[in-house]
Amino acid sequence: MSPSTDPGHPQPEATTLLTRDGRPVSDRGDTVCVIGAGASGLTAAKNLKEHGFGVDCYERETGVGGAWNWRHDRSPVYASTHLISSRPFTQFPDFPMPDDWPDYPHHSQLLSYFERYADHFDLRQHIWFGTEVVRVEPVAGDRWDVTTRSTGGYGPERTSRYAAVVVANGHNWSPKLPRYEGLEEFRGEVMHASSYKDPAQLRGKRVLVVGAGNTGCDIAVEAAQQASHCWHSTRRGYWYAPKYVFGRPADRVNDRLIALRVPLRVRQWLYHWTLRLTVGDLTRFGLPKPDHRVYETHPIVNSQLVYYVGHGEITPVPDVARFHAKAVELTDGREVDPELVVFATGYLPRFEFLDPALLGDADGSGRPRLWLNAFASGQPTLAVVGLVQPDSGVFTLSHWQAVLFARLLRQRVTRPERAAAFAKRVAAGAGERYSGRVKDSSRHWFEVGHADYLRAVQRALHQLEGK
Amino acid sequence: MSQAQLPRIMRGREWARPVRPARREVLSAAPAVEEGRPPLLFVPGFGHGAWTFAEHWLEHTAGRGFPAYALSLRGHGGSGPAPEATLRAYAHDVTQVAAGLPRQAVLVGHGAGALVVRHALARYPARAAVLVAPVLGDWATLATALRRNPVGTLPAVVGGRLRLSHRQLFSRDLPEADARRYASRLGRAGRRAQWQLLTHRAPEPAVGDPPVLVLGSPDDRVVPPAALTRAARRHGGAPLLFPGMGHDLMLDARWREPIDAILDWLEKDQASA
Repeated sequence: MSPSTDPGHPQPEATTLLTRDGRPVSDRGDTVCVIGAGASGLTAAKNLKEHGFGVDCYERETGVGGAWNWRHDRSPVYASTHLISSRPFTQFPDFPMPDDWPDYPHHSQLLSYFERYADHFDLRQHIWFGTEVVRVEPVAGDRWDVTTRSTGGYGPERTSRYAAVVVANGHNWSPKLPRYEGLEEFRGEVMHASSYKDPAQLRGKRVLVVGAGNTGCDIAVEAAQQASHCWHSTRRGYWYAPKYVFGRPADRVNDRLIALRVPLRVRQWLYHWTLRLTVGDLTRFGLPKPDHRVYETHPIVNSQLVYYVGHGEITPVPDVARFHAKAVELTDGREVDPELVVFATGYLPRFEFLDPALLGDADGSGRPRLWLNAFASGQPTLAVVGLVQPDSGVFTLSHWQAVLFARLLRQRVTRPERAAAFAKRVAAGAGERYSGRVKDSSRHWFEVGHADYLRAVQRALHQLEGK
Repeated sequence: MSQAQLPRIMRGREWARPVRPARREVLSAAPAVEEGRPPLLFVPGFGHGAWTFAEHWLEHTAGRGFPAYALSLRGHGGSGPAPEATLRAYAHDVTQVAAGLPRQAVLVGHGAGALVVRHALARYPARAAVLVAPVLGDWATLATALRRNPVGTLPAVVGGRLRLSHRQLFSRDLPEADARRYASRLGRAGRRAQWQLLTHRAPEPAVGDPPVLVLGSPDDRVVPPAALTRAARRHGGAPLLFPGMGHDLMLDARWREPIDAILDWLEKDQASA
């Protein structure tokens, strides 16, 4: 059988190859497998195609858009979700969002953007919807056996052999649930933010929102308008950056300074000064004083939280100590009696189809050790795209990760010595950070500063392809 | 691949100060039967509007099965006013319209519109590009223009309006009345954009490495044949020449020949893809 890179479902019958445990394998030749058709998977498919590779993309849902498709059962978006990074930082660099869209588009606009992207670049013919990846195993020659089946486990499994694999399964779908003493006895309603879809779920209730990520703050603001009362529990104090400063999206103002190469310390000082002028002293509102400087945790962009705290609609409270049957005890000894507790405590990246050791996570801690958050040591034909938590939009970063990987795959054929040098760089740089000093937590280990990160990708591209 | 040909990732100034939106005129013609062919987006040169393509080329392109669109750059034709527009704003207009089309587009730039297309190619992975009588802003073109039409060209050197005569734009085969009527409809480009024809930085490499076709006329009284050859060589080919035609090939008497050549080239390119 000649290697095929044409779109078309792998046909196991047409081959004599076998997996290690004796199952038939369809050889897909030089085709690259992309796992997931969300923003990162789509840009990987598009850029691989643009660089001349065949692509098979597997998507467990029935549409594109991943996290941004609210119809998907793993989508974290809720009715009012808007971008928190403004358009220029969020769009793919070679496919601009319409410039008559608002600065911070709504999630439904994002979905239409991805659907248009898929149609514009004719990607749907490469995507196998309703198909989930069960296993990804390395085989000889730096190739990969990818085993798939229908979503939900129906039908037989089938295995196809690929020249390379892009993991783009997203990192905002597996809820991270905290453990609290007495939570099982609590008689009120408890939900993770992943189940929150509509403000009607909060209407008229006494609500406790736990967590000060952007989602936690958004839900607290919605609860302020819908619930009979809202407590907002945070472990530490945060900087609540407004979406606009000087009448312009705040990230554009910040990037003007980054473009001018203003040092981080000076930007931090300017930011603190700007916040003091606009938001003021947070402790006056009863919010805890931040124990860190700005840019040392993932930025919270919310112009309304402090406003509603000021109106008494949100009561800031410290961390939860334990749950009782009808009350929640806080670490300062106070007790509150919510009817609904929303855990906006984030998500954990998961790659259950892949041996963690392949991503440099030998001890199974759930934190892969990658270079540029994308390349695993010793795996020259494997890339993770979109495993970044930037202080900006993700899609630009995913795009360049995909371009770098596509060019690496091409260099493996045309200039193998360059690809070998790249592999050495991956081994030496695994685990490198691009974010300055940030808090060490499950939320921040893959935090990147977009400017530092993109400069590192630019250097990697030059090293790979430069003279 | 040299480092100069690598894409530029960091665009801090562009992110911080994106181009302001402007009202854009887009004219179109759809084929009778949708055959999945790539759409063509025609980009007129300075002073020209989408109407220049609506006269003949749009319908003809659609008639051969390709969806056809033409835009007016800001400040031109029916688009919103933009006296201070820059080349960057014009390239932005092109990428915005191209990305809004249902499928990956072929960009066709005429005159200085070809330079705008070359800048847009760095930001949008076009299916292919065609540069028609391209004015890519070299000094030789300015010298030719000054020699052929000093009265119309000199004011532009100091920021005034560039006035191209109908004799520069069309062959003598086009009836005098038509030539005068077309010439009277020409407007002017932004002052800054006009200066940037000479002072602009070289366009960044095209993303997606699209095939590029250059065509023009050896009898063009705006773009000298040597400039056509130079433009084609940049893309590894020779120009496709249509003797006896003026600069505005899409309006000239034999307008059908160049557009048929473009569509033939695209059909051949599609067949080999």
